[in-house]
Amino acid sequence: MNEDLTTAAILLGIIHSGIRLATPYLYAAIGETFSQRSGVLNLGVDGIMLMGAFFGFYTVFQTHNPWLGLLAAGLVGAVMALILCVVSITYQAEQGISGIGLYMFGLGMSSLLFKTMLGTVEGVKGFSELRFCFGDSFCLADVPVLGDIFFSHSLVTYGAFALVPLAWWILNRTTWGLKIRAVGQNPEAADSLGVSVNRVRYASVTVGGVLAGLAGASLSISLLNIYQENMTNGMGFIAVALVYFGSWKPGGVLLGALLFSTVNALQLWVQVLNLNIPSDVAVMLPYLLTILALALPFRRALQPAALTKPFARGEN
Amino acid sequence: MPFAIHYLLGIGDMANSSNLLPSGLPRIESLEMRGIVKRFPGVLASDHVNFDVKAGEIHALLGENGAGKSTLMKILYGLYQPDEGEVFLNGERIVIHSPTDSIKYGIGMIHQHFMLVDNMTVAENVALGLPSSREPRLDLDVVSARIRKLAEKYGLQVNPNSVISKLAVGERQRVEIVKALYRGAALLVLDEPTAVLTPQEVDDLFVIFRQMAADGHALIFISHKLGEILALTDRVTVLRDGRAMGTRPTAGATKQDLASMMVGRDVLLERHRPPAERGPVRLKLDNVNAINEDGVPILKHVSFDVHSGEIVGVAGVSGNGQRPLARGIAGLHEVTNGRIYLENDDITDLSPAQMFKIGLSYIPEERMHDGVVKDFSVAENLILQDYVRRPFSNGIFLAFKYIAEHAKKLITAFRVKTPSRDTPAKNLSGGNIQKLILARELARQPRILIAAQPTRGVDIGATEYIHNQLLKQRAEGLATLLISEDLDEVKALSDRIVVLFGGEVMGIVNSDEVTIEELGLMMAGEKRAELA
Ligand SMILES: Nc1ncnc2c1ncn2[C@@H]1O[C@H](COP(=O)(O)OP(=O)(O)OP(=O)(O)O)[C@@H](O)[C@H]1O
Ligand SMILES: [Mg+2]
Repeated sequence: MNEDLTTAAILLGIIHSGIRLATPYLYAAIGETFSQRSGVLNLGVDGIMLMGAFFGFYTVFQTHNPWLGLLAAGLVGAVMALILCVVSITYQAEQGISGIGLYMFGLGMSSLLFKTMLGTVEGVKGFSELRFCFGDSFCLADVPVLGDIFFSHSLVTYGAFALVPLAWWILNRTTWGLKIRAVGQNPEAADSLGVSVNRVRYASVTVGGVLAGLAGASLSISLLNIYQENMTNGMGFIAVALVYFGSWKPGGVLLGALLFSTVNALQLWVQVLNLNIPSDVAVMLPYLLTILALALPFRRALQPAALTKPFARGEN
Repeated sequence: MPFAIHYLLGIGDMANSSNLLPSGLPRIESLEMRGIVKRFPGVLASDHVNFDVKAGEIHALLGENGAGKSTLMKILYGLYQPDEGEVFLNGERIVIHSPTDSIKYGIGMIHQHFMLVDNMTVAENVALGLPSSREPRLDLDVVSARIRKLAEKYGLQVNPNSVISKLAVGERQRVEIVKALYRGAALLVLDEPTAVLTPQEVDDLFVIFRQMAADGHALIFISHKLGEILALTDRVTVLRDGRAMGTRPTAGATKQDLASMMVGRDVLLERHRPPAERGPVRLKLDNVNAINEDGVPILKHVSFDVHSGEIVGVAGVSGNGQRPLARGIAGLHEVTNGRIYLENDDITDLSPAQMFKIGLSYIPEERMHDGVVKDFSVAENLILQDYVRRPFSNGIFLAFKYIAEHAKKLITAFRVKTPSRDTPAKNLSGGNIQKLILARELARQPRILIAAQPTRGVDIGATEYIHNQLLKQRAEGLATLLISEDLDEVKALSDRIVVLFGGEVMGIVNSDEVTIEELGLMMAGEKRAELA
C-alpha cells in the first residue's frame, strides 16, 4: 500500500516535471520549425537561448518585472536572429557554419555579460506557478493527480503549449504560412509569383529567434529563476533535433518535446532515487533516444526541399 | 486580381472604359524591348535584340534551342537583369527589377519549366502570393471554387485538391495555365505552354488565347511547333544565336519559310519510316495492373508486346496511365498484378538499377526533375548511370579523359548547345537539357527504350535528328516504347499504337491504318478497336 503510493507519487512527479521541462524545448523547437520550413537552418538556437536567458534574467533582476524580462529576451532573440539573417540569407554563407558561429557568439557574450554585470549566481522572482484558485479555499491545483499535471504550471509553460496549435494554424491556414512553406520547398516558384523569398525568410528566422529568446528566458525567469553560465547546456541543439524528429510539423515537435522531457525527468528521478543505474547512462538516455529517432529514414522525405539552400535568381 | 477572375468567369463586364481590359486591368497598348544584351559565361544569349508586342496581338517568338527566347522573356519578367538595353511600356521607360515589378505592370508568364511547389495542392499553388479574401487566413475553398469554374469554362481538367507531385506533366501544364488565367495579366508570356498537351487541349487553349487577344490583351507565344505558330499568331520574330533575325506577319508564311528562317537551312519536316523488320518479341506485358497511393487502379489489365526492331507508340490524354506504365516497366512504380518479360526473363520485380543493367533505357517525361542532376556538369550528366562501369572507370577511379571524349562526341552528335562540357546542366536552355538526356540514353545502346515525350521542347532541327536516331536504332533491332502527346509524332514513328484511356488499353492499331480522328475517339474512351 505504502509502496504503491510512492510509485504513484513518483510517476506523477515525472509527468509534472516532464511537462515543465518541455517548456524551453517547445519555444525553441517551434521557433526553429518556422525557420526551417522557410528553408533556413538555424544552428545558433542555443546561443540565442543563452542571450535570452541572460537578458531576461538581468531585466527582472533590475526591474522586478517578469513581463519586461520576457520582452527583453524576445528582443535580444530577434537581434541575434537578424545577425544570422544577414550572414546566411543576404550574404548566403554556409548555414551550418554561420549557425555554429552564432552559437559561439551567444555562449561567449552571455558569459562575458554575466561576469561583468552580475558576477555571482543570484535568484529572482520570476513567473510563479499558477494555482487556479476560486474564492479562498478551492484551488484546481489541489485536485489530486489532475491538479499536479495540468493546473500547477506558470504562464510561460502554458504559453509554450498554446504555441503548438498556433504555429500549426499559421503554417497551414494563413497566407503567410503558405508563403513560408513555398519558400522552403521551391523558392523559384514563389519568386516567380512575386513572393519575396528573402523577406519571408528574414521574417521566419526572426520569429524563430524571438521564440528562442523566450525559450532561454523560460529557464531563467520561470522554471529555475536563476542565471548560470551556459545554463542551457545544449538544449538549443536538442531543439534543432526535435524539429527533424517532429518532421517539421508543430504536432510532431510537441510529441518529440514531451517524449524528450519526460525521459529527461525520468532520468532526474533515477538519480534522485539513487537507483542502481549509473547516472551517466541515465543522462545519456534522452540523447540516445533522439539519435535513434533521427535515424529513422522516412523522415528525410518530409524535409523542406530548399532547406540550407540560399536563394538567388537563376542568373549565375 | 479579383477583377480578372470576374472577367474570366464571365461574371462582371467592366470593359466600358477603353483603356481597361474586361478584367479591369489597364491595357498594355505597347511594350517594347530595345537593344537588349544579356551575357552568360561563354554565351551571348541576347545580342542587341529589339522586340515589341501590342495590345490585341499574339506575337510568336521562334528559334532553335538555345537561341535566347526564354532569356529574353525572363528579362521582361524581371527574372534576369539585362546587361544593356531598355524596356518601354506604353512609350514610357520602365525598369523591371523582379517579378514583383512585372506583376505590378500587368505582365504574367507561363514558364518553360514548371514553377509549382510539388508538395502542395493545386489550389495552394494558385493562391500563393495572392491576397486572400479573409486575410490573414487562407481562402482555399473560394480559390478552389473559382478554379473549378475556370477549368469548366475552358475545358481544362484540373482538380484543385490534387497534390502536384502526383500529377503527370500534361496535368501540371494545365495547372500552370489555370494559374496564369486565374491571376490575369494584360500581357501574358507563354513559354512553350503546349509542349506536353494533346491536340484537343491545344485547340481549346487557342480559343482562350484568341479571346484574350480580341479583348485587348497582348500575348507572346513560344513554341517549336510551326503549325501552332501559323494557326495562332499574328506576327513572328525569329531569334538565332541571340540575335533577332527579323519580324514578319504570320499570314502568308509557310512552315518551310519559318523553318529555314530559324535554322538557316532547309529542314525535312516529313519523316520517312521504312517498313519494319520485326524480330522476336523483346518486351511483353501480361495483364499488368497498378494502383496509385490512394489505392485507385491506374493500370487495368494492360497487355501488349514490343518486338525487336519495332516502335510501339502509346497514345492517350495525359493522366490516363502513361506515367505509371512507363514507370512500372522501368521498375519505379510497383506492379500489383501481372508480369513483365524481357524476352523470356521475368523482369517484373527488378530494381531500377537492375533494369539498367539488363539494358533498359528510360527517358522520363519530367526530365528537369528526374533526368539530370542540375548542378552536375554536362559531361557528368552524360555518364550518370554508367560511371561505375568500364570504360568510364576502373572500379575505383574515374577515367576523366575517356569521359571527356565521350562527352565531346555526344555533344557534337546531338548538337547540344553548351559553352563547354563542364557547364552545369542547369545553365543549358530547356531544349538542350532534353537533348543531353536523349544523347545519354541512346548512347547506352539499350535493348529496350522507353521514351516519354522525347521531343518535348526540342526544336525542329533537333527533332529531326532525334526521330532519325530512333528510326536508326529501330533498324538496328531496338525495341522502343514511345509515349507522346504529339499524335503526329506517334503516328509518324510508330509501327503500332497502343491507346490508353483510364488505365485501360482501348485498342492496339496499326499506325498506317488509323486516322488521327479515330485515335482521338479512342483516347476519349468512346471507341474500342480490335487488337492489331
Ligand atoms: N542562367 C544561365 N546561366 C548560363 N547560361 C545560360 C543561363 N540561362 C540561359 N543560358 C544560356 O543562354 C542561351 C539561351 O538560352 P535560352 O534558355 O534563352 O534558350 P531558348 O531559346 O529558350 O531555348 P529552348 O528552346 O531550348 O528553350 C543558351 O546557350 C543557354 O545555355
Ligand atoms: Mg526556352
